[in-house]
This record gives sequence, structure tokens and C-alpha cells, in this order.
Amino acid sequence: MPALLLRDLRLATRAGGGFGLSLAFFLIVTVLVPFGVGPEGGTLGRIAPGILWVGALLSCLLSLDRIFALDREDGSLDLLATAPIPLEGVVAVKAAAHWLTTGLPLTLAAPVLGVLLNLPEAAFGWLALSLMLGTPALSMIGTFGAALTVGLKRGGLLLSLLVLPLYIPTLIFGAEAAKRGAEGLAAGTPHLMLAGITAGSVAILPFAAAAAIRVNLR
Amino acid sequence: MSIWEYANPKKFMQTSSWALPWVTGLAVLTLLVGLVWGFFFTPDDFRQGSTVKIIYVHVPSAMMAINAWAMMLVTSLIWLIRRHHVSVLAAKAAAPIGMTMTLIALFTGAIWGQPMWGTWWAWDPRLTSFLILFLFYLGYIALWEAVEDPDTAADLTSVLCLVGSVFALLSRYAVLFWNQGLHQGASLSLDKEEHVADVFAWPLWVTMAGFVLLFVALVLLRTRTEIRARRLRALEARERMA
Repeated sequence: MPALLLRDLRLATRAGGGFGLSLAFFLIVTVLVPFGVGPEGGTLGRIAPGILWVGALLSCLLSLDRIFALDREDGSLDLLATAPIPLEGVVAVKAAAHWLTTGLPLTLAAPVLGVLLNLPEAAFGWLALSLMLGTPALSMIGTFGAALTVGLKRGGLLLSLLVLPLYIPTLIFGAEAAKRGAEGLAAGTPHLMLAGITAGSVAILPFAAAAAIRVNLR
Repeated sequence: MSIWEYANPKKFMQTSSWALPWVTGLAVLTLLVGLVWGFFFTPDDFRQGSTVKIIYVHVPSAMMAINAWAMMLVTSLIWLIRRHHVSVLAAKAAAPIGMTMTLIALFTGAIWGQPMWGTWWAWDPRLTSFLILFLFYLGYIALWEAVEDPDTAADLTSVLCLVGSVFALLSRYAVLFWNQGLHQGASLSLDKEEHVADVFAWPLWVTMAGFVLLFVALVLLRTRTEIRARRLRALEARERMA
């Protein structure tokens, strides 16, 4: 499994892996927001945690269809399915690789982009913490969606239609956690709920995703 | 005699062809009685005026929107565990009906909300969770449409239905955390504490029964259509082989 993780990381970071793409997308979305809502610092600061969360979520979505599609094309998904390691483990490793190449960079980039949106100073730490807790859930849920649509020719659009409703609870608790932190309120409860969603997704969804892959490879 | 007999499509077709006219007739009858009673023979509410009568469409459709998803969850589970085709076809048949019920509930709610709350839409927990439920129906139906092989589609949509149920419930409670609402609490419960007045409640019970019967009739009809379509495809495939 470590070998698989390393392989996925290498594939994602080297040429044509689309590693920087989601980060660049995140940057562009963040830059577009002030053009849409106007440059007043007060307004921007108030909506910044929510915008950054939605932006991170959309950037995460962008790279989901790569998780299995390339492996499916060159046949390595069939090999992985017949390999001695359980398919559930493969799925979990794939999600981890996706998080390391998407979720983690987004988490690190979010506070920097927060400067552009006039994010209140107190909020930087809370935003990073909530993204750190929440993005693994986004990767795991997304991996499940990618597993469902891996057999389809043009699954990309359908993938977002399937995955976005599943993202709603994560987004609600994540944005709420960051917002409460920014306003100096007690932010413990949403952070705990967010961590709970992540833990639950990581525990349950590998099984659902592996089942979906088995169906698709049948 | 067990319920699993109806997993046999032939047996299901026989029984449902006999049951369908009766269920349809009963549904039409109860709906007519309930709606006419509700619309013309109940007094206006002293504060809400005659807009209160929207309740006879709003509440039953909202109830069926949730119950349709619950039914899809059960039939999807049966398909995944016991591989009965009729079961998953019933889930497929129920999805557009459930989605329509969700839309009816949202629209009648908007029409009712405009004069009462002064707004068509508010990000109230109940309204929001219904909108989310609508999105889940949309994804489920889209996945059925996208996958070509019927058995693969059945498996994938069933897995999606199971996972979706968990996340729909999560969203339901997440939005409660997220915003306080305008919407009132439960209008009908066996607990007498919160209850609409009896004069409104009785026709409401009748229309709710009518919506359940209507749902059953539509699901039977659509499941029969799906089974016939499946048979037709098998016949065509056989002809091409010959």
C-alpha cells in the first residue's frame, strides 16, 4: 500500500498530473469574488470564510475524475482489483493520495488567499483548522463519487451532480466552524461535528466505493 | 405464502394487474373526497384566511416526498441483498414520483409562504432540507439515465441510495444547526400538544391517505412499465441473435 501511495503521488505531481491545477483554480475563484460582490473590505471579510470554503470544495471537485479514470484507461485498475491487497484499502489509499495532492495544498493556500479577501486576523487559524479537518472528508466522498462514475464515458458532469449534494453537511459544518472562529464565538461544536463527518466517511465510504468499483469492473 | 413470491415478475404482473384498478379508483375517490371536503367545506382560518387550504396539498406531498425515498432505500437494500429485479425496478419507478412530490411541496410552500411570511423562499431548515432532498433525487435519477447496462445501473444506484440516505439525514440535522427557521413544527402528530384543529385535521387525514394510495398506484403502474420495457429489450436482443 505505501508503494501504491507513492505511485499515485508521483503520478499526480509530475508533468500532466494536474497537481497545480486545483490550486490555480482556487486562486482564480478567490480573485473573481471581489469583482462579483464589490471591493468593500467589511463585506469581503464577513463572507471570506464561506467563500474560501466553497472555493476549496469546488477546487477539490475539479480533480476527482482523475482518481480512477486514468487507471481505468490503461488497465491498472483491473490489476489493482485482482492484487492481493483488498480493494477497500486501494480506495482508501487513493483518497489519501488525492487529499495529499489537493486537500492539503488547499488548506495551506487558504489563509494566504484569505489576505486577498480581508479575512479577519483571528480567523486564519480557525480557517486552516476547519479545512484541515474537513478536506479529508471531501476527498473520501469524492473518491466514492469517482468510483460510481468510473465506467462512464463522460462522467465528469454527472460526478459533480452526485458528489455536491453529499458535500453539503461537510460544507455547513466547515464554513460554520470557520465563521464562528472568525467572530470569536465558541467554535468547538462545529469542529467536532466536522471531525466526526471525516471519521465516519473514512470508516464507511471505502466499502461503498470498493463495491461500486467491483460493479463497474464486472 | 410470503412476500417474496412477488419477486417473481410474472406473479407481480398478475397480482398488480388485478390490484391496480382498485388502488387507482380508491386513490381518486379519497383524493376527491378529501380535497373537496378540505377546499369547500371547512371554515377559513381566522388569521390565515383561505390560504390555510393549501395544507391539503402541501402536507401530504411533503410526507410522500420523504416516504418515497424511504421506500427506495428499502427496495434498494432488498435488491443488494436478495437480487430481486422487481424490487430495484420499483425503486427506479418511485424516484421521479418522489421528486415530483418534493417539487409540489416546495411550490405549494412558496405560494403559501408569500402571503403568510411575506417571502417566497427563506433558508429555513425545513425548506432547505427539502431542496437538498430534491438534489438527491436528481442525482439518483441522473445516474440511472447515465449507465447503460441495466444490472450495473441497478447496483450503482442502490449503493448511491444507501450512501445518499446517510448524507441526506446528516444534511437534515446539519441545516438545523446552521439556521433557525420560520416554518412551524410538526402539524400532525399523535401527541395532542401540537395539532391543527380537528375541523382541518379530518380532511387532511383523508387527503394524506389519498396521496399514499396515489403513490402506490403510480409506483405499480411505473413498475409494470419498467418490467414490460425490460421484457421488450430481452425479446429484441433474442431477435438480433437469431
